[in-house]
Amino acid sequence: MNLHEYQAKSRLEAFGIPVPHGQVAGTPQEARRIAENLGGTVVVKAQVLTGGRGKAGGVKLAWTPAEAEAHAQAILGMNIKGHIVRQVLVDPASAIKQEIYLGITNDRAARKPVIICSAEGGMDIEEVNRRKPEAIIREHVDPLLGLCDFQINALASGIELPYPLWKQFRRLAQALYDCFIASDATLCEINPLAITEEGDLLALDAKMSIDDNSLFRHPDLAALRDTSAEPEAETRARAANLSYVRLDGQIGCLVNGAGLAMATMDMTSLYGEADGIGPANFLDIGGGADAETVAAALRIILTDPDVKAILLNIFGGITRADEVARGVIQAFSEFESDLPKIVRLVGTNEEEGRRLLEEAHIPNIITATTLSEAARKAVAAVKGG
Amino acid sequence: MAILINLNTRLLVQGITGQQGLFHTRQMIAYGTNVVGGITPGKGGQWVEGKPVFDTVRCAAEATGANVSVIYVPAPFAADAILEAIDAELPLIVAITEGIPVRDMMRVRRALDQSQSRLVGPNCPGLLTPGQSKVGIMPGHIAMPGSVGVVSRSGTLTYEAINALTQRGIGQSTCVGIGGDPINGTSFLDVLQMFEDDPDTEKVVLIGEIGGTDEQKAAEFIGQHMTKPVVAFIAGRRAPEGRTMGHAGAIVEGGVGTAAEKIALFQSVGVRVADTPEQIPELVAS
Repeated sequence: MNLHEYQAKSRLEAFGIPVPHGQVAGTPQEARRIAENLGGTVVVKAQVLTGGRGKAGGVKLAWTPAEAEAHAQAILGMNIKGHIVRQVLVDPASAIKQEIYLGITNDRAARKPVIICSAEGGMDIEEVNRRKPEAIIREHVDPLLGLCDFQINALASGIELPYPLWKQFRRLAQALYDCFIASDATLCEINPLAITEEGDLLALDAKMSIDDNSLFRHPDLAALRDTSAEPEAETRARAANLSYVRLDGQIGCLVNGAGLAMATMDMTSLYGEADGIGPANFLDIGGGADAETVAAALRIILTDPDVKAILLNIFGGITRADEVARGVIQAFSEFESDLPKIVRLVGTNEEEGRRLLEEAHIPNIITATTLSEAARKAVAAVKGG
Repeated sequence: MAILINLNTRLLVQGITGQQGLFHTRQMIAYGTNVVGGITPGKGGQWVEGKPVFDTVRCAAEATGANVSVIYVPAPFAADAILEAIDAELPLIVAITEGIPVRDMMRVRRALDQSQSRLVGPNCPGLLTPGQSKVGIMPGHIAMPGSVGVVSRSGTLTYEAINALTQRGIGQSTCVGIGGDPINGTSFLDVLQMFEDDPDTEKVVLIGEIGGTDEQKAAEFIGQHMTKPVVAFIAGRRAPEGRTMGHAGAIVEGGVGTAAEKIALFQSVGVRVADTPEQIPELVAS
């Protein structure tokens, strides 16, 4: 789960990291009032969960409150890479001497957090990594020891940070690590971290991602989730404990298990690619799903207007085929649907599952025994329709 | 012989009184696994399915002489359960639990590196040595004893592969699910080494997916050290970048970990890669 810039900055501030004292506005008038209160020059920044805001014109400098209002007017409602801007952050502008980068993420291969620093602040760190990898300094953090001062010194030295700032930098880096750990973050990034004309460090922009698996112990962070930018189906899927990703094809897939769900996507595109046919989604109903979960999953697929055929692929281990059949029957008793439904039910209680489906007389059911057969039949059904 | 589990396996079940733990304890006993006891803090002294329940892993291990523990404890408490099993010095720990936070697993990984214990999982279907022992949740009836070792990051896709092998009359030595999380206990490489050393295993099937670099390391290892033939299948050819596909570890980040990259590396070291799960037994047999 990703936090908005203003949410991340307020979280960082709670851990003692200096940030500009701006406020969030939902209307141009509010933006104007905030600018009036702040006085002086302000920055109006689109709050969207995607990168490239600056290039899209979503970040603008305003010298007067009237200008702040005009910029907010232009930015609110803007579509940035499919995300509609609903809020802007109005921050006081700062006089900047230098911009640096400081971030913490998990290094999967090293199985440890890694703190990353660069004197090339203000640009995408991936871009810096491509163009000038030697400008990036990294220190892996032992999760049992935490971030040590000598490691922060190594970062400061590596980016040639002026020595008078080291003490401040040590405090800030330590606070960032504390925030990263306490928030179960998978990314905590300050970019840019400004050195102001007054000689202070100031976090001008920040990004935070939280490990979804940890949200059970962070109700305060879970409450920050902004679902307005994601497809409604994904919000509903999360509520039903389903793992769902919308894709651009026509075959609505319902599968138990992530690996099998991926393989099902792959098979449909393998057989359909030549005709421009592919999966409409990734959907894993998880292990041991009951009838209600299956019905919830089918409802999500059935509300996708692009879906021209449904492919149900269940390999019953813990998941029982008869439970799945009951869910299918329940869902189709609510929604009349003429769409072709390719059903492959194997494993635990498969005979019972097939018998239930046959007796329910759901229109347009096509059965299959292997995954390849099911995928081919689904592709053929889309072509035929 | 086989690897990791066999007829000498003496199994403890952590979380034996929970819904999942109880259901699968019954399944494992029915398969013939030697379950010697279970652990649920606060329920020590009770009996489940004729097996003694203990408050702590240490007490359970001392009383039963167990050599393997399987964990069905819910995600918020699972990391602590693994740490407890490490502390009790169990040589093999199998964590089935899905959804353990990354931060917890980094701490576990660190403790593991300083111990003699091996962890399989988390977020995995466990282990199955057909005809001998089953530890975890794999459906036992789809497997048959034989000489093909199966190692996989997936759950149901593994069943698909095992089932396809069995349908063709090809049996398995041991089936190992290493799990779909970004930080886990046992890698492809570890299991490949064990299969290479196991006299009962003649061929290996590896089922990977997008995300991370574990398959790339496996390919390198196969190229340098494996004498036994390996057949692979990689799920997620059509996965978009930056989206997690169900497993926390199944995500293509910054163009790294794509299916195409993994398939090409496997092919470069002579591993035959199946296009469909049904093709796996064909490649194994040929």
